[in-house]
Amino acid sequence: MTKVPVQITLNGKERSVFVEAGQNLLDTLRRSLGDLTPKYGCGQGTCGCCSVVIDGQIRLSCLTLAESVDGSVIETVAGIGDGAQLHALQTAFITHFAAQCGFCTTGMLMSAKNLLDNNPSPTREDVVEAISGNICRCTGYEAIINAILDVAAQGGSGRQLS
Amino acid sequence: MSITSVICPSASDAARVLASNNRARFFGGGTLLMRSINEGDQSFDTIVRINDPIMMQIQNAGRQLIIGAGVTMSGLLSNRDAQFLASAARSVGGPAIRNMATVGGNLFAPSPYGDFTTALIALDGIATLADGSTVPLADFLLKRKNDHTSIVTQISVNRPNSADEFHFLKVSRVKPKGIAVMTFAACLPRQGGRLQNVRVAAGAMAPTPVRMVSVEQALEGQGLDAGTIEAAVGVVSHDLAAPTDAIATSWYRAEVAPVHLRRLLIGASGHTGGY
Repeated sequence: MTKVPVQITLNGKERSVFVEAGQNLLDTLRRSLGDLTPKYGCGQGTCGCCSVVIDGQIRLSCLTLAESVDGSVIETVAGIGDGAQLHALQTAFITHFAAQCGFCTTGMLMSAKNLLDNNPSPTREDVVEAISGNICRCTGYEAIINAILDVAAQGGSGRQLS
Repeated sequence: MSITSVICPSASDAARVLASNNRARFFGGGTLLMRSINEGDQSFDTIVRINDPIMMQIQNAGRQLIIGAGVTMSGLLSNRDAQFLASAARSVGGPAIRNMATVGGNLFAPSPYGDFTTALIALDGIATLADGSTVPLADFLLKRKNDHTSIVTQISVNRPNSADEFHFLKVSRVKPKGIAVMTFAACLPRQGGRLQNVRVAAGAMAPTPVRMVSVEQALEGQGLDAGTIEAAVGVVSHDLAAPTDAIATSWYRAEVAPVHLRRLLIGASGHTGGY
């Protein structure tokens, strides 16, 4: 089986890995690099649980060919906080009860962070659009939307709350 | 499944690989083929990719816009010259899908997907293949099912003369984004108040997006008034063979198609209050 060398910057750290031809990025992140934050939901690009940011763009890691991201900068939820210091979005999700089973949460957080990184003052419509590719079967979305808008009102995604 | 990955310098090289290996498939944005790999599809074992910059470009060519097949939906949305296609591009998936899904890939999306292709048909889209030949999209779609060797490099569309000439409507059950129950796209140029060179297309209402020739004939040369709209709506079923799938039954699609086409045409007429 052909293996392809891939070098990426994952959450600020340079990582090198051999990937199989045809392997998706989600498998690479979870199995080869040990980052379990992106989740395998549908494998079809429908649920958004595997959302990560690649070179500044939100993408679905389950539909991304691992060998195609050689040289890319990749962000996952594992990199948005700083140890016990949660990212403002993570704190807001707790405050607003925006996570129940939690399976969609990492994808939601990455979509939300990518939105606020590009648009620090989104409207409610902007938020709905930004998470329109992420399915949540627990919360009914309102709590998630309110959490994201709350962070935006506090000054955007870059600020960390203690 | 063990996959072999091949990267070619040009579309013509990739086409040669596809022609010589019937278990090879072209890999574009990944939103179609990666799904198949994740499902364990055993019908192919080789993926072919290319790094051809011409497939990533959007070019102005007089009245036409030439879109590289590798341009993503978000790439279209951020291009000033392609804003007349924004409503159609925005209807494709969520932001993550739009960052990956390509214009060329949409041509191969099985029903009920392929909303964007419906818009391209209504704008007289023409596909350029790897060998340089061109084929109208409506014809291309008829043979796409069994065609694993064609690589589309560019799609050219007619640019509407004005923003109110092109109209797009996607009907879905889930808001703001859902799989299409049906999609309509219409290019309705007018001269002296009369419709000229009308194009109307429907998606998710046949095995592939199709032109609605009977509707076009009912509109051609007429003013876009209540009588014309009813005449067009009255023949909506002539060009369609609505499928049954997980989203809607054939019966439901056929029942509501006149309603949604009427809404699109009334919106295009400017009579926002309806007739």
